[in-house]
Amino acid sequence: MSSFTLSFLKQLESESIHIMREVAAEFKNPVMLYSVGKDSSVMVRLAQKAFYPGKFPFPLMHIDTGYKFPEMYKFREKFCQTIGARLIVERNEEWIAKGCHPLKEGVDKCCSHLKTDALLDALRKYGFDAAFGGARREEEKSRAKERVFSLRDSLGQWDPKNQRPELWDIYNTRINEGETMRIFPLSNWTERDIWEYIKLEQIPIVPIYFALKRDVIIRDDILIPVSSDSIDDYKKVKRMLCRFRSLGCIPCTGAIASKAETIDEIIDEVRAAKKSERENRVIDLTSDSSMEQKKKEGYF
Amino acid sequence: MQYGEKSLLRFTTTGSVDDGKSTLIGRLLYETKAIYDDQYAAIERTSKRKGFKEVDLAYLLDGLAAEREQGITIDVAYRYFETPKRKFIITDTPGHVQYTRNMVTGASKADCAIILIDARNGVLTQSKRHGFIISLLQIPHLIVAINKMDLVGYAEDVFNRIVEEYENYSQKLDIHDIVYIPVSALKGDNVVGKSEKMSWYDGTTLLHYLENIHIAADRNLVDFRFPVQYVIRPDLNFRGFAGKIVSGTITSGEEVVILPSGNSTSIKSVITCDGDLPEAFSPQSVVLSLTDEFDVSRGDMIVRKKNLPQIEKCLEAMICWMDEKAMAMTTPYIMKHTTKSVKAYITKIVYKIDVDTLHRKPAGTFLFNEIGRVEISTSAPIYFDSYKINHATGSFILIDPMTNNTVAAGMIRGTSGPIIKAIKDSEITNTANLKSPHAVWSGWNIPRDVREQKNQHKAAVLWFTGFSGSGKSTIAKELESRLFIADCQTMLLDGDHMRHGLCGDLGFSAKDRSENIRRAGEVAKLFFESGHIVLCTFISPFIADRQIVRKLFPENSFFEIYVQCDIETCKKRDPHGLYKKVLLGEIPEFTGISSPYETPVDPEISVNTDQQGMEEILNILAKWLILKGVLSFL
Repeated sequence: MSSFTLSFLKQLESESIHIMREVAAEFKNPVMLYSVGKDSSVMVRLAQKAFYPGKFPFPLMHIDTGYKFPEMYKFREKFCQTIGARLIVERNEEWIAKGCHPLKEGVDKCCSHLKTDALLDALRKYGFDAAFGGARREEEKSRAKERVFSLRDSLGQWDPKNQRPELWDIYNTRINEGETMRIFPLSNWTERDIWEYIKLEQIPIVPIYFALKRDVIIRDDILIPVSSDSIDDYKKVKRMLCRFRSLGCIPCTGAIASKAETIDEIIDEVRAAKKSERENRVIDLTSDSSMEQKKKEGYF
Repeated sequence: MQYGEKSLLRFTTTGSVDDGKSTLIGRLLYETKAIYDDQYAAIERTSKRKGFKEVDLAYLLDGLAAEREQGITIDVAYRYFETPKRKFIITDTPGHVQYTRNMVTGASKADCAIILIDARNGVLTQSKRHGFIISLLQIPHLIVAINKMDLVGYAEDVFNRIVEEYENYSQKLDIHDIVYIPVSALKGDNVVGKSEKMSWYDGTTLLHYLENIHIAADRNLVDFRFPVQYVIRPDLNFRGFAGKIVSGTITSGEEVVILPSGNSTSIKSVITCDGDLPEAFSPQSVVLSLTDEFDVSRGDMIVRKKNLPQIEKCLEAMICWMDEKAMAMTTPYIMKHTTKSVKAYITKIVYKIDVDTLHRKPAGTFLFNEIGRVEISTSAPIYFDSYKINHATGSFILIDPMTNNTVAAGMIRGTSGPIIKAIKDSEITNTANLKSPHAVWSGWNIPRDVREQKNQHKAAVLWFTGFSGSGKSTIAKELESRLFIADCQTMLLDGDHMRHGLCGDLGFSAKDRSENIRRAGEVAKLFFESGHIVLCTFISPFIADRQIVRKLFPENSFFEIYVQCDIETCKKRDPHGLYKKVLLGEIPEFTGISSPYETPVDPEISVNTDQQGMEEILNILAKWLILKGVLSFL
């Protein structure tokens, strides 16, 4: 400590805490988007740290598509109960009732109904003026272009060509009537940073991040986990040791072949990874600009 | 080395279109294995679709569809890679003229900057502009990477010529650490591995340099500054102040001052979720609890008692205008400085800079991407240091309250001195230069700062103004006694001292009153130059007279103290029986009765003897003197 140097994990932690406090101080009604995944787990831990010894002054909100893994729902309930956080769950019931599915509506449309629309409706319903998201710039190329404080118009849309300059650590938090702000406190964290921090802080995560023998179908090099509604051909089903590198909706989230059963093994795997983190996310692969397009429409 | 223990380097890359910036970053990422196979496959697909023979690494960096369509970089992109020694965050900034604001965005937090120069083209206007912005933002280290050396036959003289040209230009800049590296990003020469084609170059490779630049010393660990971000109050028994230590260090138990109240207290504990810390330093985010219960809120600043920032309402700054709407001098902007937002007016444009020639030009406004120096006046004091010594407390942004856009980035140079709101400069007769014919000024034998050092306090002038009987002398006498006991060199001058002897020839007409004050000012100046704290109690009813005296002294050493009191109370007090004489018609012109009193527009301190007790007023004055660095204790 006497050398007054801060390791980069601690620097990232301090930067994220600073961002969260700015939001709590300057917005009327912030919310933290909670997706149940590893990044959300880290983001919540940082929020706990930022307002210690008090509690973080905003609720968590999960935009539920109904297609999440059962382990995720189980984890969500236990996690939120343990930390005593207020959890809001919002769903686009209209489209869920219509049986909206990526194989029926297409990946982009399905995302737009069940995630983007549900999110925008929820922000309006509760009058949230600021929403934290766990997105990281390293994840995807259009996210690499986004500011920490990302202004969205009254329709929740991102205008990548007209972003506010963001200088030093001074954040312009002012918004006009109807606009909202998305804030990404994990902007500068990499996948490896997240895992190292989970290890350092012993942060609980959904167990399906660890390798297990699972029934999968291999489609376009992606291991799609078998659930009753997604099987079109039983002969193609294979039992493989695999894990989920990132978590999304069951129909669109593939597993990767992996033997990693502990955090240390996951870290080793991430270090040696030849493929990017979202390799298994069908939603990113529809076109070169699919994420940018979704974000322009109001996606996370 | 443990992963989490690695150090972090943020660097920014910039260059003109086609200087090969994307290729260079692509090379760094590729060779440090930060490009994944599927990402590579994606850009391979895009390159093929566009009909290129080779994979164009630029597609990896251009995250927006519009960028890929136009083949240019529009906005700052952030990239991450690591080596066994360090973690790196690259902010890749566009080099086009029209995107200066993005370059400023990308470079504002950088430890180091890389400017790319195409060896075939040499130093372009753009390369100079980028250097200027890097100098403006005070990025401590600059690497000039001279790229495409393969296309000039790896020739040493080409390299040397460019180095010489840039060296000439950079002498005009404020950058102290510049290195020049000849590279070929395409072929990989001197990027990660040492080039075999350029044996004449005996410096290090780009990556080696990035891994080894010493950046720990670039931080300010001297001046403790803690802008309060958020008050944490989980229950009635705890109140903690959350924030980031933006510079300096602090230990629990240390004495601190809260700005702007000036209240002194000490640090009870430095709290984090991982346990209390005996000592904390920049850039840690912590919670401070204080020994005393004071009102502290967001926007306040906690600092060390003997190390204060400047506390001013007017300042001078370099600004970079970043809005398409031109700057307006008549409308207020919102200045966000640390955690404080205040209303701010741009009161004067000192000059605009021609970025290409570095010439200063007069200007009436600032347009998009223009840079220059201005004076700004704020609605409430801000607590700042100059940007050069403290980026965190020396920087600000301006926001247009109508659109809420961030319209300017500002770097503070210092205070611009007191601005005179009620009267224009031209209306003041400047007596500072008044002199007898043939008199030659040859300076003081022993300079004031030497005297100040010996006295262990600064020289200052406290100018008490107000009605007769308002309590000016009573306060000044009491304060002087305290200062004297505290071993300060002091002198008290009042109207009666002056009018016996030195001003014995003057009456009470407006002209004579002005002359009386002028002489008082000159006497105060002599004591001031001999290192004294001079307390002056004069009714001094006219703004212009007080302004003339103020102008005799350097900034931050003349303090106007407005002693307010209801005229009826003054009449009752009547310490010298003067009001009685006025009533009897013995004094024809008397301030407050038959002669006007011009209320101070912007006094440093205002007290009210009707409402405040002596002890309270003395405390206010003592705190002010300490805050202003005149004394360290009283």
